Amino acid sequence: MSAPALEKRGTPAQPRAGATAGGPGGGPGRPRGPLAALGSRPRLLALGVAVLVAVVTAAVLDGGTWPTALVYDIQTRLDQVSDWLTDNRDRHWIFLYVLLHVSNFATGTVDQLYLVLSDIGWIGVTALATLLSWYVAGAGLTRRSLRVAALTVFTFAVCGLLSLWDYALATLSLMLLAVTVSAVIGLLLGLLSGLSNTCERVLRPVFDSMQVMPAFAYLLPLVLLFGIGAPAALVATVIYAAPPMARLTSLGLRGADPAALEASVSLGSGRVQRLLTARLPLARKEMLLGLNQTIMMALSMVVLASMIGAGGLGDKVYQGLSKDSFGIAFIAGTAIVLIAIWLDRVTSAAGEQLDAPARTTGSGFARACARLRGWPAWSGFLALALLAYLTGPLFGQRFWPPEWTVRISAPISSGVEWLTGKIGSDVPVLGGTDTWANNFTLWVLNPMRDGLQETPWWAALLVVAALALVGGSWRAGLTGVLSLSVIGAMGLWEKSMDTLSQVLVALVFTLVLGVLIGILGARFDRLMRVIRPVLDVMQTMPQFVYLVPVVALAGVGRPAAICAAVVYALPAVVRITAQGLAQVDTAALEASRSLGATGIQQLRQVQLPLARRSLLLAVNQGVVLVLAIVVIGGLVGGGALGYDVVYGLQKSDLGVGLSAGVAILCLGLLLDRLTQSAGTRQTGSGRN
Amino acid sequence: MPRLPLPPPSRRRRNLAVALRPNQQNDPKQPTRTRSSDRRAGAVRRRGVQLLAGAAVLGLVVGLSGCGKADPYYSGGSKTVTITVPAWAGAEANVAVAKHLLEKKLGYRVKATQMDEPVAFDALNSGQADAIMEDWLGVPNKEKKYVEEKKTVVNAGHMGVTGHIGWFVPKYYAEKHPEVLDWRNLNKFAKDFRTPESGDKGQLLEGSPSFSTHDAAIIKNLDLNFKTVYAGSEAAQIKEMRKKYEDREPFLTYWWTPQWLNSELDLVEVKLPKRTPGCDADPEKVDCAYPYTKLTKFMNARFAKNGGDAAEFLKKFKWSTAQQTEVVEWMTIDQMDTDEAAAKWVEENEETWKKWMP
Repeated sequence: MSAPALEKRGTPAQPRAGATAGGPGGGPGRPRGPLAALGSRPRLLALGVAVLVAVVTAAVLDGGTWPTALVYDIQTRLDQVSDWLTDNRDRHWIFLYVLLHVSNFATGTVDQLYLVLSDIGWIGVTALATLLSWYVAGAGLTRRSLRVAALTVFTFAVCGLLSLWDYALATLSLMLLAVTVSAVIGLLLGLLSGLSNTCERVLRPVFDSMQVMPAFAYLLPLVLLFGIGAPAALVATVIYAAPPMARLTSLGLRGADPAALEASVSLGSGRVQRLLTARLPLARKEMLLGLNQTIMMALSMVVLASMIGAGGLGDKVYQGLSKDSFGIAFIAGTAIVLIAIWLDRVTSAAGEQLDAPARTTGSGFARACARLRGWPAWSGFLALALLAYLTGPLFGQRFWPPEWTVRISAPISSGVEWLTGKIGSDVPVLGGTDTWANNFTLWVLNPMRDGLQETPWWAALLVVAALALVGGSWRAGLTGVLSLSVIGAMGLWEKSMDTLSQVLVALVFTLVLGVLIGILGARFDRLMRVIRPVLDVMQTMPQFVYLVPVVALAGVGRPAAICAAVVYALPAVVRITAQGLAQVDTAALEASRSLGATGIQQLRQVQLPLARRSLLLAVNQGVVLVLAIVVIGGLVGGGALGYDVVYGLQKSDLGVGLSAGVAILCLGLLLDRLTQSAGTRQTGSGRN
Repeated sequence: MPRLPLPPPSRRRRNLAVALRPNQQNDPKQPTRTRSSDRRAGAVRRRGVQLLAGAAVLGLVVGLSGCGKADPYYSGGSKTVTITVPAWAGAEANVAVAKHLLEKKLGYRVKATQMDEPVAFDALNSGQADAIMEDWLGVPNKEKKYVEEKKTVVNAGHMGVTGHIGWFVPKYYAEKHPEVLDWRNLNKFAKDFRTPESGDKGQLLEGSPSFSTHDAAIIKNLDLNFKTVYAGSEAAQIKEMRKKYEDREPFLTYWWTPQWLNSELDLVEVKLPKRTPGCDADPEKVDCAYPYTKLTKFMNARFAKNGGDAAEFLKKFKWSTAQQTEVVEWMTIDQMDTDEAAAKWVEENEETWKKWMP
């Protein structure tokens, strides 16, 4: 990784100074001096002053922690709540009449689904899934539907071959329920916000925070409220996966063709009738896309869900992590990726199907298929499933036959171990990754953390406010200052600064690498074509999988967490950068070329400035993703807030776990709002 | 976890539209609106209505079921046993063998769920789990509350192994500096144990955050110049220890016996202050060594009473340290699949497990 970038971040204050210089005022080729530029932009000046104050006070005063007088002992209070919850679980009405119903429903349904699936047997499940996918994808002999069907068979066969059948079934049963519930809730919320402007205004920030919150942070309270296993996993998944469905439903309802609606009105239909006969059907494409997103989001929760005892494939990944076996984690991760790809293809094929004309011509087979579409087919599936369920036990084989499996986890593990052993230490001259990690901790992470911790709390607040101001939104500033104050008031200032230092370092790496690869990708089409599938897989792979080899390379500690975060957040940044650059107006490029600009000049003076919006979006995405995984770094010695959350989860200690969770949420909010406000100001539009 | 947080809908839509629709343009049949497509639109309309109706019915069902009182100890289907699996290999071996026998010989379905000690006790209390196979008595307050006060959890006897937790240093280091084995001299050697993570203090390597430990309190109460650094899991801790061991570097670690790695690495325990009655009663004020603990099984009270053969079997389950270590070594050193290792052991040790059968 690039050493100069490291050097620049050597002292804690410089990243901010760097950000200033790279900000709106610092464009190349300006005739004015830096001071004049600052003078003409009072907001930048304010930021400069704030940073200066922070640096000077951090150096002069010792100890910048939040004053203890302003700390509220929330942990004891939370422990009392936790005690109350466990004591009243079988007594209080809120449990007996509300929460326990939810958890019993979840436990029972998931259990039942699993039993039904395993009773149908492996042949039946594969056959039914294939038939269903084939039907949804068009039910013909077209290439698309056949390809989807083949993908289904492949996915299930791989799960079986890797002896993950049982785990895959458990995951599928949880996913079936979670996706259904998320979709229904998302649909209802989407209806609300699509039909009423007030609801839209209220719900939008709710959706925003539902998705920005690292799920890791709110697992523990869910466990206490709903119980370990399927119930808590279900609720966590719904919180995370329902928003896209709601957003897209709302978008579809709002984007309906006014002419069609007008026609509907002129035909005398009432509000409800219009909704059911015109608006909803017109929005079904967006709704399908929403379903697709919901499924993807739900699948990405699989591993986290296993941390609270939901079982399934995620459990295998988690086991791989705790056994330090990359092979186990990797094959389970592969299965999850395959399932994700399969479901993605099926739902998007269904979306395309909406566009395709009904086949009244063509071969006899296609016509026969077309005639069967709709309720006959669905009831046929139901009958088939029932038949398979009843006859399945007769065939005896409930799970994939064990003799048809291959064991590749051990060789993969030993391969990776050999590799990491080779480059881990004692490499001549370079010293090996382990040595780098140690130096990195000593010379970058520790000074950075100490610097942030030394910065007086009020100076930190000042800097945040100034940064938000430069971004152009006092609201973001307010959110930021409030978030930091909440962190301080909970007595988690030092730990949060530690986590923040890790996030910032990881972010810098991610952005530098990501933008670089993105630029290269935009320039060389062939490169992009090669790395796109890799990026796809990297993004769908559960982030836990990365932790195992990273620990082997960098040893236990913060560098490992940071490496994993960089790997995880990289694809999104690369993708957004490349896309932003590719979308730059070709006319502008052509013009600059005809004026004799070289490649580098084009990039610096045309492409990058024009793609600024995408770049800022990349920063925003990077922040959210990095934060999510740096926290998980608590599992591999990352310490700080992440460790507290893990500790809270594993010891069911609400005081420690929830307050650290809230601190993470605050950090997330702070970083998200700051980067987002900059993004919206630059473009005048975007998310609010 | 966050895969793509907050894609602005419009942008995302364009991506997908571009990425996922390669075949659309070259479809020769133009999407002209025919009568049958109108018919299909009608079908979709009906489907929309039915979808809404379905949602309404679902809501009604949930609402109605909400009127009744829920069973606070509901645990899913029958003939299913849920056993908690904590985060160390030894305990995993217990569960794997028990699972194999319950499934193959007694016809139960076993759900082995990753759960750590304190959470497992909560789950036993609520009936979401049926049994803990190996407990190090690390959560005395929960044990007291559930076993003695609420009587929702029962002690199901010892599982045959005695465990001990302590602080260990490698033998090569102890031979060079024999004084390090007394806690009073630890501060003198603190600088040897420094790492980038522990800063200017000595590092006390820890395993998973879920393990029973009083180390932070002990360090504080004995005024030691050390800091706990968590590897995150047993395996990560072992990896760290092996690395240091190979390079003959000094390290101080939280460790325990029986442990399969002890046959590979030569470790010596550092003597902590002698135990006095009640010295570890208050977790904040612990200032003495860890006890020798007879590892214990716990069960949900209802399961213990009505669990039939499964409960009987789990109560009788008892094996020796050597037997447990054998299975663990297959799992760890030979990288055998957990289920396979259990099957192998069951095959070779019939006379042992015969005694556990109800």
